[in-house]
Amino acid sequence: MRLYEWEAKRLLAERGVSVPDGALARSAGEARVVAGRWDATVLKAQVLRGGRMKAGLVQFAEDADGIAEAAASLLVAGAAQVLVEERVPLREERFIGALYDPRRRMPILIYTPRGGIDVEQDSEGSVVRVELDPHGPVEEFRLRAALQRAGVPGSDLRALSAIAAAVARAFLELDATLVEINPLAHVAGRGWMALDAHIELDGDALVRHQDLVERFDLATRGHDGRVPTAVERAAAEIDALDHRGVAGRLVEFDGDVALIIGGGGASLTVFDAIRDAGGQPANYCEVGGNPSVAKVSAFTQLLLERLNPARVAVVMNVVSNTRADLIARGVIEGCLAAGRAPGETIAVFRVPGAWEAESRELLAHYGVRAFGREIGVDAAARMATEATAA
Amino acid sequence: MSVLVGAGTRLLVQGITGREAANFTRECLDYGTQVVAGVTPGKGGEEVYRVPVFDTVEEAAAATHPDAALISVPPLGVLDAALEAIDARIPLLVIITERVPRRDVAALLTVAHAAGTTVVGPNSLGLIAPGACKLGSIGGPAADVRRAYTPGRVGVVSRSGGMTTEIASMLTRAGIGQSTCISVGGDSLIGTTLLDAYRLFAEDPDTEAVVTFSEPGGAQEHELAEFLEASGGPPTPLFCFVAGRFVDDMPGTRFGHAGTMVEAGGSTARAKIARLRAAGAHVADRLDELPVVVTAAMGTDVAA
Repeated sequence: MRLYEWEAKRLLAERGVSVPDGALARSAGEARVVAGRWDATVLKAQVLRGGRMKAGLVQFAEDADGIAEAAASLLVAGAAQVLVEERVPLREERFIGALYDPRRRMPILIYTPRGGIDVEQDSEGSVVRVELDPHGPVEEFRLRAALQRAGVPGSDLRALSAIAAAVARAFLELDATLVEINPLAHVAGRGWMALDAHIELDGDALVRHQDLVERFDLATRGHDGRVPTAVERAAAEIDALDHRGVAGRLVEFDGDVALIIGGGGASLTVFDAIRDAGGQPANYCEVGGNPSVAKVSAFTQLLLERLNPARVAVVMNVVSNTRADLIARGVIEGCLAAGRAPGETIAVFRVPGAWEAESRELLAHYGVRAFGREIGVDAAARMATEATAA
Repeated sequence: MSVLVGAGTRLLVQGITGREAANFTRECLDYGTQVVAGVTPGKGGEEVYRVPVFDTVEEAAAATHPDAALISVPPLGVLDAALEAIDARIPLLVIITERVPRRDVAALLTVAHAAGTTVVGPNSLGLIAPGACKLGSIGGPAADVRRAYTPGRVGVVSRSGGMTTEIASMLTRAGIGQSTCISVGGDSLIGTTLLDAYRLFAEDPDTEAVVTFSEPGGAQEHELAEFLEASGGPPTPLFCFVAGRFVDDMPGTRFGHAGTMVEAGGSTARAKIARLRAAGAHVADRLDELPVVVTAAMGTDVAA
């Protein structure tokens, strides 16, 4: 779960990292108040995505009118808040971050002698990596030794290793999956400062950070910067109807064949298979566990009524936990509730495994083409595409 | 005929009195797995399908000598459960629980590594040596497992639990049996990676070929490709499928700067397909082609 820049900066400042002086504004009027405090001002849209500089979501201003105008434009562009900060003259840029390295299966600290918006291309070959102990104390001396070996001069060594240790502590204490300071800038007379910061928290560990959940109101925050569509929100509500299984995680697309597909790897496989067969999916979704008939029915009805697809295809992997007959019943009820004949609406039903015979019997009654493992996922996708085009 | 587990495997189930754990314990027993003990603190003395329940792993280990532990406890209890099993010197841990905090996973993997303990998961559906035993809910009830899985000489390793059974079922229908099928877990930090599993299969004299199922994200396929290249080509024929090409075309799927530095080589489905092919793996364009490609390359070497 991504934090806003201002939140990340506060968490780092509390651990001793210097950040520019600044204030949050929710309106042009609030932004104007800071005018005169600094010679030059930078205004940064508080949105949950990267690449803000390139997207025009960072602006510079000098006087009160300029500040108000810039703030207004960033608020119009979709930010609920703008971070208004002093613009500091910087001499050098570095990068310090912490994350899990899936190869080493360890948290690591990363330092590069260059920072900036294209740091990953610019820093090839000069990245310093130091393993962190996931449950032990942060050993600043190791970070200092690694920085020294990387050529950090004595004059910067204590300051940079202290910041590296603060990043490592923030990463472990907050149960973060990412902490980045980029750029970490050297400012004449003031030393090293975090001009931008990015923190992602582990959603699976939030339960032990109720203080953060309350402080930043994280309970209502989405997982990525994308705003869900109305249909996607409706699907999430259906999924929350009861706690039995999953029938949701809907993502809307433009196509004409609605999909009801298995979870995780299976949904990725089926979506690719439909596109490879020349089909245009109307949605992505994940159906897994053992969802109730009511949930599958409401989900099917939503797809049919709101996305208005020519057909719906039900294609899953060999299931053991999910009951094929309950999926069949839910899909049929959903078709009927949407006023569509199941036999003409369901392009293909391929759910092999648990309670498959019962599902076939039910589907045959409504004239639906039902299959098990005698056909593969790609064959089912081709049938769905042909039926949709017909 | 298998890696990690076999007919002699003696299984301990941590969290055995939970609803899901009790359910798969019965499935495992029905399939012939020797489930020798369960552990749930405070429930010592009870039984689950005649399997004795102990309060601690130490007690269970002393009484029943398990050599594999299956962990199915709530997410925040996984770290302690794993440390307890490692402390009791159980050489193989299979972690079924999903949504385990990443710091806990890193911590338990560090301790396991130092102790020489093998960890599969977290977020694994389990593993199965067809005809010998299954650990976890993989494949479901014993009758369904027998329908999808057949003993044989192809190793299967999958980042998706559900697709492990789909692939085994496809191979079975094509007359290709499996030596061991491993659901390694879908998380970014896991104990046994595709490469770890591949190396186990490559060293197993009874495994003639390996099939993998991959998804976008992470560096596992890159790591596997590096190993193939360093070995001068695949030591055991490798057949891959990578799902999720459409994700490459979706806006908004991105990794941070630091993530890009760690996942050198690209973590999209297409980048993985190209990387594995260049390293000598057979990569099927369509899932349905997988058994066809295996049969074409291996012929009767892999017939069940």
